[in-house]
Amino acid sequence: MQQTYSRRSRRKKFPTHIIVFLAPATIIYTLFMIYPLFDSMRLSFFSADSQGQEFFVGLQNYITLFTDELWQPRLWGAFKHNVIFFIIHMIVQNSIGLLLAALLTMRITRGAGFFRTIFFLPTMLSVVIVGFIWELILSPLWGVAETIMGWFGLADLYQPWLGLEGPALIALSFISVWQFIGIPMMLFYAALIGIPEELIEAATVDGASAWKTFWKIKFPLILPTVGIVAVLTYVGNFNAFDLIYTTQGALAGPNFSTDIMGTFFYRTFFGQQLQLGNPTMGATVATVMFMIILVGVLAYLFLWQRRIQNYEL
Amino acid sequence: MNTMTLKLRRWMGFLGAHAILVLAMIVALFPIVLVLMNSFKARKAIFRAPMLPPLPDTFSLDGYATVLQRSNFQLYFVNSLVVTLGSMALILLLGAMAAYALSEYEFRGNAVLGIYLAIGIMIPIRLGTVSILRIMVAMKLVNTLTALILVYIAMGLPLTIFILAEFMRQVPRELKEAARIDGASEYRIFWLILPLVRPAIATVAVFTMIPVWNDLWFPLILAPGEKTKTVTLGAQQFLGQFVSDWNAVLSSLSLAMVPILIIYIIFSRQLIRGLTAGAVK
Repeated sequence: MQQTYSRRSRRKKFPTHIIVFLAPATIIYTLFMIYPLFDSMRLSFFSADSQGQEFFVGLQNYITLFTDELWQPRLWGAFKHNVIFFIIHMIVQNSIGLLLAALLTMRITRGAGFFRTIFFLPTMLSVVIVGFIWELILSPLWGVAETIMGWFGLADLYQPWLGLEGPALIALSFISVWQFIGIPMMLFYAALIGIPEELIEAATVDGASAWKTFWKIKFPLILPTVGIVAVLTYVGNFNAFDLIYTTQGALAGPNFSTDIMGTFFYRTFFGQQLQLGNPTMGATVATVMFMIILVGVLAYLFLWQRRIQNYEL
Repeated sequence: MNTMTLKLRRWMGFLGAHAILVLAMIVALFPIVLVLMNSFKARKAIFRAPMLPPLPDTFSLDGYATVLQRSNFQLYFVNSLVVTLGSMALILLLGAMAAYALSEYEFRGNAVLGIYLAIGIMIPIRLGTVSILRIMVAMKLVNTLTALILVYIAMGLPLTIFILAEFMRQVPRELKEAARIDGASEYRIFWLILPLVRPAIATVAVFTMIPVWNDLWFPLILAPGEKTKTVTLGAQQFLGQFVSDWNAVLSSLSLAMVPILIIYIIFSRQLIRGLTAGAVK
């Protein structure tokens, strides 16, 4: 009798330990990550009067953001620049990353580990540091960029790009590509070394060239990684801020030409020389950014991943 | 003839591939080396011959002297260390506990909780900043390192839990059952399992540490006061003020870079192995 009772009690005992294990992480995560995300969305439906008293305004903030003649051009400008920033990363960063990974995994390559370590190094540095380093290199005062271009007879093409309205955004995109190329390189590398040796051997025996083997056999097999790289680039780019803030300031000059969603959010929330910060409008911009990022993540989860699964079947 | 051309082609391929790799290496390293090199040179030499390493007659530590005198770099370092190590330790401990519970126990809501905790992998915590600042104001934590540590824990947990849970699932079940039969408590079993996933913990440690050390956004918003500045924020503001003092700018950039470079050189093999292990598995 005693025996069965204690056994049953052990089986049905309330699992305190599960709660002890999970509670701290779940509470901190909920309080400082999930709750603020939803609270920001709630705040985007409010506005504050001059006393700081907040009141519900419905969709008014969104209407202002999307139609007001002061807000609308800034929003579209930031979005457009962000799209350009993203496209340059997708084309330049991810294809060079793929090329480097492909070269590193070729059988003839020597010192792959060494190269890999070097290529990933800039990714580890703070964006602030990277921004300043490139600002110095591209500075007409120091003339390093001009000197280097001179070695190839291109000195005449040099311009102080970061100060010019058109090229500044492109120059900054390339600086960011330089820094983060290690991420796609590493992910592609990991995917490529995961391909079973027999598959490649079979192709080589059949006399396929390295080029053909890559595109016909290896690339289709690493398509899942292509999707991961794309969605990571997307989220990272639409959340970027540090590089523009460091090199161009909160106003994302010259003349807002390098303004992206991150700097727009910061300015709206915190203000700048002439404009006071506006937390509820800041929350509105943050919610718009959340929606943009959500669209990308959901597209990846439901369109890309599903298609890949069909492909594999 | 045929074998000759084949050999030649292979040789060309070898050369071509390595030429591209060496070129990419130069592009990756040049800016870093340039700054480190020039930070040890006198002002005139920085401008006259930026491409030359510091020579006996151009060597100078003026920049470092300026940085150490005119800014609180030492203090910023301590702040960064406290924030980085503090949040890293807590991320690892709390993350490992949660990952253990998720991977070990079957309870109602396990899968849902796993997904809930994974949302933060994709959604950037920055988007909640307006509200995070309000919470910190309400808790009177603005301009404290605690505020930063709390936010960084929330930021680091999702990926940590996800990766550690993945590794903990691979720990053989017999081990835990044997411990249970010996009468070990669930907490004791957790501490027994922990050393078995050490490689994963090391990888996650570096992964959570680097973004915290490098972050500009939250120090700028939650702890911009002089006493709580981190190296990244301190460097950003110092560099903005001293744009014309090139020695100081180059030295402060070097000072901010060196800790990361050292950590990377020590842990790079482990880090890269961790990065690539996920896919191979």
